[in-house]
Amino acid sequence: MENVPLIFEKSRKGKEGFKLSPLKVPEIEVSKTLGEDLLRDELDLPEVSEVDVVRHYTKLSRMNFGVDNGFYPLGSCTMKYNPKINEEIAAMSGFTELHPYAPEELSQGTLEIMYDTQNLLAEITGMDYFTLQPAAGAHGELTGILIIKKYLENKGEKRTKIIVPDSAHGTNPASANQAGFDIVNVKSDSEGLIDIEALKTVVDEDVAALMLTNPNTLGLFEKNILEISKILHDKGALLYYDGANLNAVMGIARPGDMGFDVVHLNLHKTFSTPHGGGGPGSGAVGVKAFLRDFLPKPLAAKNDEMYFLDYDIPYSIGKIHGFYGNIGVVLKAYAYIRSLGAKGLKEASEIATLNANYLLKKIEDMFDAPKDALCKHEFVVSCKNWKEEYGVRALDVAKRLLDYGFHPPTIYFPLIVDEALMIEPTETESKDTLDSFADALRKIYEEAKQTPDILKSAPHATPVRRVDEVKAAREMKLKYQG
Amino acid sequence: MRYIGHAPSQIDEMLETLGISSIESLFNDIPDNVKLNREMNLPRPLDEIELKRELLNISKKNKAADYVNFIGAGAYDHYVPAVVKALVSRSEFYTSYTPYQAERSQGTLAAIFEYQTMMARLTGMDVVNASIYDGASSLGEAILMACNIKKKNKVVFSGAIHPEYLTTAKTYGFGNGIDIVSSVYTSSCETDWKQLEKLVDDNTAAIVISMPNFFGVIEDVKQAEKIAQAKDVMLIVSTNPITLGLLKPPSDYGADIVVGEGQPLGNSLNFGGPYLGFMGTKAKYMRRMPGRIVGETVDADGKRAFVLTLQAREQHIRREKATSNICSNQALNALAATIYLAYLGKNGFRDVAYHSHANTQYFINEAKKLDHIKIINPKVFNEVVVEVNDLDKKYQTAIEHKMLPGLKLNKFYPEQKNRLLIAFTEKRTKQEIQELLKVLGVS
Repeated sequence: MENVPLIFEKSRKGKEGFKLSPLKVPEIEVSKTLGEDLLRDELDLPEVSEVDVVRHYTKLSRMNFGVDNGFYPLGSCTMKYNPKINEEIAAMSGFTELHPYAPEELSQGTLEIMYDTQNLLAEITGMDYFTLQPAAGAHGELTGILIIKKYLENKGEKRTKIIVPDSAHGTNPASANQAGFDIVNVKSDSEGLIDIEALKTVVDEDVAALMLTNPNTLGLFEKNILEISKILHDKGALLYYDGANLNAVMGIARPGDMGFDVVHLNLHKTFSTPHGGGGPGSGAVGVKAFLRDFLPKPLAAKNDEMYFLDYDIPYSIGKIHGFYGNIGVVLKAYAYIRSLGAKGLKEASEIATLNANYLLKKIEDMFDAPKDALCKHEFVVSCKNWKEEYGVRALDVAKRLLDYGFHPPTIYFPLIVDEALMIEPTETESKDTLDSFADALRKIYEEAKQTPDILKSAPHATPVRRVDEVKAAREMKLKYQG
Repeated sequence: MRYIGHAPSQIDEMLETLGISSIESLFNDIPDNVKLNREMNLPRPLDEIELKRELLNISKKNKAADYVNFIGAGAYDHYVPAVVKALVSRSEFYTSYTPYQAERSQGTLAAIFEYQTMMARLTGMDVVNASIYDGASSLGEAILMACNIKKKNKVVFSGAIHPEYLTTAKTYGFGNGIDIVSSVYTSSCETDWKQLEKLVDDNTAAIVISMPNFFGVIEDVKQAEKIAQAKDVMLIVSTNPITLGLLKPPSDYGADIVVGEGQPLGNSLNFGGPYLGFMGTKAKYMRRMPGRIVGETVDADGKRAFVLTLQAREQHIRREKATSNICSNQALNALAATIYLAYLGKNGFRDVAYHSHANTQYFINEAKKLDHIKIINPKVFNEVVVEVNDLDKKYQTAIEHKMLPGLKLNKFYPEQKNRLLIAFTEKRTKQEIQELLKVLGVS
């Protein structure tokens, strides 16, 4: 094994990659046009050839693992296959070369896509209006909670608290805090659902909203959702839907019909747009009609003659993005919805749920897991018994899975499960893949019993061996100093 | 069965394993009265040929995409090299997610580390994060960060900041009751430093300037440094990274936080997104910074490797005590920026900045020779405000010539009638600039 390479080490004085022809307009003296004291010294960027750049980043790409490389059952992230046609469509020059301030009458194509996507997402979720402006799930959460804050302020109510379940994504409390609310945690019951009695005791006139994922992060449907909705609404509080897990219920049940007032979706999860190594995503937010006037500006709209950007939103929270959101991502989600239609989306949710239940069945005997439980699109098992009996942790299991050619599940989340493995297979994975993953886990289980050191020192077959996180945090080398 | 992995017979086998007869029974836990119980009302599915045909037709309705573009105002028509497009299209990059499993994510991690390095060199800051959503939201995050550091809740903006950045920052500030006040801009489209200074009080955490400013003008940044020092407030600078090919980095004039829109670095216009916001700060503030950060370390064999670090600031660890809620960011756009900077390199990057600036200067010098174009302030980098008579008519003429002549400033400033903000990149040719001059310069 060798050091992971950096482009700076390929640099040789005088090498050139990109080169412009000489200016056709007159040369200028920048010391005169900009002023001597504003000019910078030499800028230290690499000096590399085009071939150097292509080989370097190709090499780096080969040290990565994506959905195209193999099974990527990262719980709550919905790592489904990213259709190639959607990439081709989003790369059409009619879309990529359009400036956000181009005249609306000359931007009708993208405005049409935005308008249609807003409406398609409204039908899929049972909401009335959508904004496409938030650029990621957490960004959508912040947007949604600010909408709630503005709505309540407008009503003259000063509510200070947001309730989140103890199983919630970390972004939920972080977003609510960023919107200026105090966080109240509510615990889960023995089934893993929100504890209704505990909820009742914390819902009062200071509560602005409950943020809920349904199915929740354990992959369980909150079957008491209508009662939960009533508890909140009776006290004048709203219900917020974290759409990270919408992939379980498309065409089967809609957050709008469950009583949710605000939802965010992760178009990069449910609607197949690629995750890009950490982004870009899209965190579209939908609301019921009574919250329309609080959405960020502008919305895509349509009159008799054309599509346009509607800035007439009287109590708008303002803007949450400089322009209109990650439109290139929205385009891919739109293409996905048009490819699948109503039946295809429902089938995606059905097969996602079938795959999760099947995989759970195949592996549950090895773990602390609720037996014969019905999960939705994902499930959580605990390696607590592996730790107690063989001294191996969820982290070791994850690292060993890398050796078997799989991306590990989400680990140590949700926080309410010890040594958690959170597994989301998605609908695009075949039975053969699920079987081989289950087989690999079984082999690793045997290794845990026989040769646990193999797990503890894993991975062995990856581009680098286990990395030292502590050293990174201690030394804080955050840029190349060579 | 679009994008489904199984053969029909395999679905039957799986149902058998589960001991059930239909997939439907997997949804028995959902109460009937919350089920949809009808088909969603969506357009019929399209096959790939139909889909591509339909989307191509829709894309052609974006007529402006083919026009010669002189609009900037926060999104710039720089050239995106084929190398950048080819490499970010490698699916090992774009189909992966956040590099939680470092041992199999060294590609993304090393590229982010390179990004942090090059952006730190560009901005002069000690540490740069792995990206925020866009320029406006990175400014929003910066004001929250400054208010947290200073434990104060007011921020004073220059009046020459991008108006949509101001709106976005106000939305970010609304949640925590942060008071954002804005000074005016002068008749020469510069920050009114005297007024800005007056607005700074004991409760102020930071001042915010843009360099160059929204009107393209090179600001007297020494004034900002002086005010920040005298009043003991943080200086937040929003900048266009291309201009840093020639201009000195904001660290040289005392910036505590540098933010900006990274789109000009190898990312297409895409009607406003996906772009990338960048953010850099001083070492002493790094634990207060939002977003992902990659650090260098070694693996079990002692070889250099990279890993996400400083995660104790982040939402998945700290929940409501996190520095920010940000999780997914704009990693692939940051990768494009990384490859762009590496590929252009020391000389190529400077050339792009220089050509953009030289084209701007050419326009200004030629416009000065004409009677009907008034240059409001010639001390600019790549963008300039002009005043012309009969703007609407001339704008229409430009459109007829398949040219977007700039942004009409009355979109944001009703008082700025007959004014255009015009941007120049290295893509604009001498002939295109001459044509623009011809359209704007008629009586």
